[in-house]
Amino acid sequence: MAVLTHLKVPAKMENLGRLIASVSDSAKAQGFEQEKISMIELAAEETLVNIFHYAYPERPGDVEMICKTEGGRFIIEFIDSGIPFDVTAMPDPDVTAGIQEREPGGLGIFLMKKVMDKVRYRRENDRNILTLIIQRH
Amino acid sequence: MKIHATKEGNAIVVSLKGRLDAVASPEFETSLSDWISKGENNFLLDLTDLDYISSAGLRSILATSKKLKATQGKILLTGLHGPVEEVFKVSGFLSIFKVFASAEAALKEI
Repeated sequence: MAVLTHLKVPAKMENLGRLIASVSDSAKAQGFEQEKISMIELAAEETLVNIFHYAYPERPGDVEMICKTEGGRFIIEFIDSGIPFDVTAMPDPDVTAGIQEREPGGLGIFLMKKVMDKVRYRRENDRNILTLIIQRH
Repeated sequence: MKIHATKEGNAIVVSLKGRLDAVASPEFETSLSDWISKGENNFLLDLTDLDYISSAGLRSILATSKKLKATQGKILLTGLHGPVEEVFKVSGFLSIFKVFASAEAALKEI
C-alpha cells in the first residue's frame, strides 16, 4: 500500500478547496479518468462537508485525510475526533419524491455511497474513521 | 464559479461556469433570491460550462424551486452533461426538473 497524500487541517469550510485539490491530484496521478475523478471529488466533498457541519458541535477540531492506493484501488480515509457518527448507518433519502416533498438532508451521504464501490466506518480510540474505496476500472 | 445572468423575455437565463460546490452554492442561491425579490419568476439554468456539482448545489436549486412554487414560477435546465448529468440522475433530480436539449427549446416553454 502506498500513501499518496496525508493532510491534517482544521475541520472548516475554508479548507475544502485544498483538500479536494489534493484528492484530485492524487487520483489524477493514479491514472483515473476525468469523469471518475469528479466522482471521487464529489464523495470527498460530501464526506468533508458532513464532518465540517456535524463532527464538532461544541468545540473546533481537525480532520485528517489520507489518500492511498493498493492494487487497482484508490482509498481515501477520513479521520475526526468529533462526536460518533456512522454515515453507513444513515437511511437513504427518497430520491423518487417530488419537489415539495423532497427533504434537503441526507442527499450528500447518499451520493457519496452511490459513487464509491465500498464505504466502511469504524470508531476507534474516540475517533471516527471513514474509509472510501473505488476501483480504477 | 462564475454566474452570468441575462434576461430573455420572461425568463432569467443563468449560465454557470466552473464548480457548484459547498463553497459556491450560497452565492448562487443568493443571486437567484435577489432576482426573485425583484419579481422574477422563471429561470433557465444553463449548465453547459458547469464542470461539477455536489449535493450543496442540488440543494440550492431545490430550495429555489420550492420558493418559486408560491408564485407558480419555474426552473428549467439545459446543458446537462458528464459528471453533472450523472449527479442529477443518481439523485433523482432528472425526474423532478424539466431538462431541455437547448436554451432555445427551454425558452419556448416559458
